[in-house]
Order: sequence, then structure tokens, then C-alpha cells
Amino acid sequence: MTTALRLEGIHKSFGANEVLRGIDLEVGEHEVVCLIGASGSGKSTLLRCVNLLEPLNGGRVWLAGEEITRRDVNVNAVRRRIGIVFQAFNLFPHMTVLRNVTLAPRDALRLPREEAEARATELLGRFGLADKRDEYPDRLSGGQQQRVAIVRALAMQPELMLLDEVTSALDPELVAEVLSVIRELAEGGMTMLIATHEMSFAGDIANRVCFLDAGLILEEGPPEQIFTRPREPRTQQFLERIIAAGRL
Amino acid sequence: MASEGDRRSDLEVAGRRSRLLAGLRLEGEGARGVAIALLSTVVFFTAVAVAVTQSPGWPEVQRTFFNWDDISSSFPDIARAFVLNVKIFLVAEVFILVLALAIAVIRSLPGPVFFPLRLLAIVYADLARGVPTILVVALLGFGAPALELSGVPSSRVFWATVGLILIYSGYVSEVYRSGIESVHPSQEAAARSLGLSRAQAMRRVILPQAIRRVIPPLLNDFIGLQKDTALVGTLGVIEAFNQSQIDANATFTYGAYLAAAALFVALTIPLARLTDWLIARDRRRRQATGVQG
Repeated sequence: MTTALRLEGIHKSFGANEVLRGIDLEVGEHEVVCLIGASGSGKSTLLRCVNLLEPLNGGRVWLAGEEITRRDVNVNAVRRRIGIVFQAFNLFPHMTVLRNVTLAPRDALRLPREEAEARATELLGRFGLADKRDEYPDRLSGGQQQRVAIVRALAMQPELMLLDEVTSALDPELVAEVLSVIRELAEGGMTMLIATHEMSFAGDIANRVCFLDAGLILEEGPPEQIFTRPREPRTQQFLERIIAAGRL
Repeated sequence: MASEGDRRSDLEVAGRRSRLLAGLRLEGEGARGVAIALLSTVVFFTAVAVAVTQSPGWPEVQRTFFNWDDISSSFPDIARAFVLNVKIFLVAEVFILVLALAIAVIRSLPGPVFFPLRLLAIVYADLARGVPTILVVALLGFGAPALELSGVPSSRVFWATVGLILIYSGYVSEVYRSGIESVHPSQEAAARSLGLSRAQAMRRVILPQAIRRVIPPLLNDFIGLQKDTALVGTLGVIEAFNQSQIDANATFTYGAYLAAAALFVALTIPLARLTDWLIARDRRRRQATGVQG
């Protein structure tokens, strides 16, 4: 299996607060890796570091064999190859759905307008959003907004998708529609690194699950092993709390 | 997968109806409320009118200020002079909008490399807001032409307008800056995560949202500028204020001032209405497309 993403010794601090304390991780092409762990364990920060939205304090990142943490790397060019979807959607509220999706293809990839719009319309149609293309984000439900955010990232045709707790801000009845979109992406062979609190979804979709604790990957393995026979006591404790909360 | 948008539409329609009445704060009161408002308004203004006209000095005030002949006879001259105020305002406003935006954007540049530029922008905004406008207008209006520089205009109006542009750009840059800072950092993160450059994120994502939010305070500064065009009159240039002074001195009455005031108000009120309309239209477009479509 070709390596799509490799992290080596990622360190990240905010002031005196050391959030990531040496993360090593490899994600193969077409692989889906889920990051689980309590709030504050560093999942979101790790994803933002991969996308170079946060400067690292130490460590290196390779995307398809090419180091992207070198000083002379064009970060804009790197980010075009990595899609990220945020917990709070972060759609552009002053633009229609279509404009949200075509902005980066037109401005960053310099696609002609017709081509960008054709690509956007095709993607919106695929994810059941064809009739929303001229709406403003304010008018959409949370689930629709999050699907638009996924389409916006996909319109750049990324080699890797990072999903940062994309269902955490949604009403429970809207979670399923977003998860089914992600499942479709996984089935289509998209390489994904997913931070999530949806354990059953992680068990269902992931090739591998990583348990993050206090800025380190404490344990990783296939979902059936992590969820049924965790080795580390901390992983057991975390999963027991999740079960007690009725989330697994 | 029932759309949340459908559920929202009822609320939206109700919300829009109430906004029509919100300005007068009469919503939900019905015919009885309107009748009470009308009655209390009539009583209030009648009482004010009686109190003023019964005051001992009123006959004198009426003669010197409210002499219709003075007002109407001075009006044509002042209106002609007022054209200059409008010209100064229009020209200055265009330059202020551009210069202030540049200053605000420079001030928001990140990183240590841009520190000197940021420092300049801060010093500029502080100075422009700290010096009395009338001083700058006098300094430039009298001083710059006296330099007899070749290749630059020597007209006082030109230099006074430059002074207004410099001062107001300081204020307006702060308005822009507050708008830029009010856009949540996650918007920039989203734009940059898609591979847009910092400049592209600023132009496409941050500034459009920032400027929309600061239209009301921008208008406030426009109105201030319209009024401050009268400062050009202190250089001896004939604009509306100076002309009204000439007329007032000729007749020993102040009706001419009222005529000038009426002209300024006639210009500022439509601008205020236009801005409210623009804001309301923008809100409707963003939130109500589902109702119509």
C-alpha cells in the first residue's frame, strides 16, 4: 500500500500548554483512519497541523512522499491537495452555495467559471443538494450546510480529506445524512483522517482506529480490536465512559 | 430528511412583518396603539409650540431667524454655493473609502515582517484622529499653495479637500478595522484551508463580510464629512456656510443660516434612508431566498 500521509514526531504547543507531544502516524492510500479520544486530547489540533493551518513546534509531515513541512514549500499549493471539513461548517455566509463551492476552484486553481460550476453542480447533485445551489447558507439546515462544506472541499479534488468532528454541531436527527455522505466517500476510495465521537460509525467505516490521550497516540489498531479488546487501561476507561453515555 | 429551512420560513415571514413597524415601535399594538401614539404626539408638539411662542424673546427670534423673506431670498445664492460642498464631499468620499481601506488592511497584516507598516498605519490613524480638522484644513489650505510647488494645484479648495481626506481616512480606517476584526477567524481558516492565498481570503471572504457589517458606522462618518465641508469656508472660499454668513451680515438676520442648514439636512437624510434600505435588502437576500424560490 502506498503511503498517502506520514507524520513523524509532531509537537504542538499553545503557550505553556503542550497539546501534541510527539505524534507518529501513517495513512495509506484509500485508507480511512479514525482518531478517537476525549475532548482536549489533541484530535482537532492534529488535523489543523496536517493542513498547515497551525505551525508546528516540532516534527515533519509528508504528503504522498513529499515533505510539506519544509520551509520552502508553497502552503497554498499543499492545502489545495488536502480537503478539511470543520465541526462548525464555516461556510461563507455572504455567498450562495454554488459560489461557496466554486470560489476556490476558480480563484486558487484558476478553473474557468463554466468548468468550476459544472463540477460543483455535479457534486451537489451527487449529494442531494442540487436544489440548494442558489440558496445562501443561512437558509439550510445544519446537515445540509455540512454536506455543502464537504462538497466545497471535494470540489478541489483533494488526495486526502480531513474531517474534524463534522457531526458534533448537528442535531441528532441530522447526523445520519452527513455520515452517509462520508461512507459514500470511503466506498469511493477517498483517503480520510477522521476525528470523531461517533464510535459506532468509526467502528463501521475505519480501517484503523487511533486512540489519542494527552497529545500522544496511546493505542492503534483495527476497530474490532480497539473497541472490544483494548490493551491500554486508559483506552478501556475512555470506552467505558462512552458506553455509559450510550454512544457505543 | 425534512429541511430545516421549511420550518424556518414561517418565523421568517413573521419576523419581516414586524420589522416594517419596528422603526415606529408600534408592532402588536393595533389600531388602538396607533391612535394613542397620534394623540400623544399632537399633544406633545402643541405644548412645545405654545411654550416657545409664549416666551418673552420670541418676537425678536422670529424676526431675526424665521423671516421667510430672508430665508427664501438668500436660498438661491446659498444653493449655488452648496454645489461646491457637494463636489468636495463626493470627491473626498471616494478617496477616503480607498485610502482608509488600504490603511485598515495594512494594519491587519500578520507577522513580524510587516511591523513597520503596521506601526505607520497606527501612527497615522492616531494622528489623523487627534488633530482638529479645522487645523489641518487651515494648514494645508493656506500652507500648501504658499509653497508654490510646480506641478501641483495651488487652489485652496484642492488642499482643503486633501486635508478632509487625510483626517477622515483615519476615522474610516478604524471603522473598517473593527469590521475586519469582527469576522470570525474560522472564516479565514476555511478560506486558507481551500488553498486561497491570504490576499484572496481577504478580498473574497473577509472584506465582503466586514464591509457589510460596518455600513451603518461608515454612513455616520459620511454625514460628518458632509457637514465638515463647511470648514472649507474658513479659508475664504465661497461655499454654503460662507455664503450664508455673507447674506446674514447683509441683512442683520439669520434666516440665511436656516437656508444653509436645510440644504445640509436635505442631503444627509436621503443618504441615511438609502443605507437602511441597503442593509434591509442584504438581510432579505441572505435569509429569505427560500421563501420566494
